[in-house]
Amino acid sequence: MDTSRHPDANSSAAPAADDLIVVPRRQYGIWIGTAVTLLVAFFIVQAFVQNPAFAWDTAGRYLFHPQIMRGLGNTLILTVIIMALAIVVGTIVAIMRVSRSPILRAFASAYVWFFRGVPALIQLIFWFNLALLVREFSLTLPFVGTVFSIRTNDFMTPFFSAVVALALCEAGYMAEIIRAGIKSVPPGQSEAASALGMPYRMILKRIVLPQAMRFVVPPTGNEAINLLKMTSLVTFIAVDDLFYSAQAIYARTFETIPLLIVVAFWYLTVVSIMSVGQYMLESHFGRSDGTGFSVGRILRNAIGLRGATS
Amino acid sequence: MTIDPRSRFGAPEDAMVFARGVRKSFGPLEVLKGVDIVVPTGTVACIIGPSGSGKSTFLRCINHLEKLTGGILLVDGEFVGYELRQDKLYELKDVDLCKQRAEIGMLFQNFNLFSHMTVLGNIVEAPMRVRRTPAAEARQDAVRLLERVGLVDKINSYPRELSGGQQQRVAIARAMAMKPKVLLFDEPTSALDPELVGEVLQVMRDLAQTGMTMVVVTHEIGFAREVGDQLLFMDEGVVVERGDPREMIANPKSPRTAEFLSRVL
Repeated sequence: MDTSRHPDANSSAAPAADDLIVVPRRQYGIWIGTAVTLLVAFFIVQAFVQNPAFAWDTAGRYLFHPQIMRGLGNTLILTVIIMALAIVVGTIVAIMRVSRSPILRAFASAYVWFFRGVPALIQLIFWFNLALLVREFSLTLPFVGTVFSIRTNDFMTPFFSAVVALALCEAGYMAEIIRAGIKSVPPGQSEAASALGMPYRMILKRIVLPQAMRFVVPPTGNEAINLLKMTSLVTFIAVDDLFYSAQAIYARTFETIPLLIVVAFWYLTVVSIMSVGQYMLESHFGRSDGTGFSVGRILRNAIGLRGATS
Repeated sequence: MTIDPRSRFGAPEDAMVFARGVRKSFGPLEVLKGVDIVVPTGTVACIIGPSGSGKSTFLRCINHLEKLTGGILLVDGEFVGYELRQDKLYELKDVDLCKQRAEIGMLFQNFNLFSHMTVLGNIVEAPMRVRRTPAAEARQDAVRLLERVGLVDKINSYPRELSGGQQQRVAIARAMAMKPKVLLFDEPTSALDPELVGEVLQVMRDLAQTGMTMVVVTHEIGFAREVGDQLLFMDEGVVVERGDPREMIANPKSPRTAEFLSRVL
């Protein structure tokens, strides 16, 4: 009990507050849990170190293998392109979902329903085999004739199919995230903007979307990390990503486990870097909360209007 | 052929806001059942009434945040949201409606400052983007307005760092930055702690003295009596009584007005 602030209220017989000894609660459950966890961790490490089948030195040799590096590069390029497209398409679909037109809303709902509902692997193989459905794309104008014609197989390369399939699929998830973000902005914000004479598109761009960002960034970071891992599906249509490159090597050398370790290592490394990036983005968009840091704000406060007011 | 619709619909020439028979329904619920009001330029009209009486809805009709179901509503001689051609009202395009709204300032019960922008950002946003005012000029205006509401030192703060009273004062500066012809106040002090009400009312009093045309929906009877040029009592979607604030508050003619006043005073 804190009685130090009222020393007079303390009767002289009782000891002063500082003399009282605090005995911490015994947390037996935590002690037992800690012991068991340490034991399990020890066995896991031991198994990893002692089992020769892991062949750590082999893994080490392949870590920077040119073929692995190229695969890693392709995985990163795929992730970036697909995520960028998914954010653009997802934003458009999200805006359609909050539109006043019931047709646009229905179309957007159908999009999300379909592309979130069908497994990514199936969409991937479907786009890869688009030629079975549509033989060629052509643009024919009256009086001019065929201006442009291309056989589906000529442009639906494995890489291109992977981009289209996964971007459309990911856009379904992004649309839901962005829509939730838009809904999280209080309606008073757009009302105030309307009352100031801002047109609808400006309100979206300047008022609603920036505020939605705060709610959109954390799940988008998760999506990007998921997507990075999801790109390993492109192995099925022979795009030489990280996993495919590793497979190509162990199919030849039978060093399966070491190469899987290499793959896991690189995925973990990239995911860790992405987590840091996500944290920084969150800080940036959370700056009006007073929780984050913002270089711009610090500068403004340092050199800004302070001088003019005092 | 540009005849001021004011003369045509029997509105006084100096009417900044003129409403005749304004009706508004939400589905089957009729919230406004024919509201008439004349607010001459440079005067302050205060609207009081119990909650659900339609006073906020009426205010939102003035800048077309709510679409009228019927009646005539003119701001500075123009239909808001419509264009009158050959006895037909054509709905305005978004850009034109925005131009009209830019001339009508509005203050909200919950301030509605843009929470991702600083005080300065809030004030210069609309002048710079809607009116294309150069940044330096917009900033100067903002500083001048913040001096008027006594908040220059908060120029780089975010709304959440301000008290409710300060937020509402910034909101007033933001509305004034568009140099509006008329300001609409939708219960501007209802969300404030009692000790913060005074600072906002003081800013509003100063505005009224500069000749700003104001329509104020409020529960502050004292403010209405002191600053208002006319007082309107609304109940169940109609204006029950109107007149000089001092006289009406002292001797209400309608028993409903009397009953309402006895409850809030």
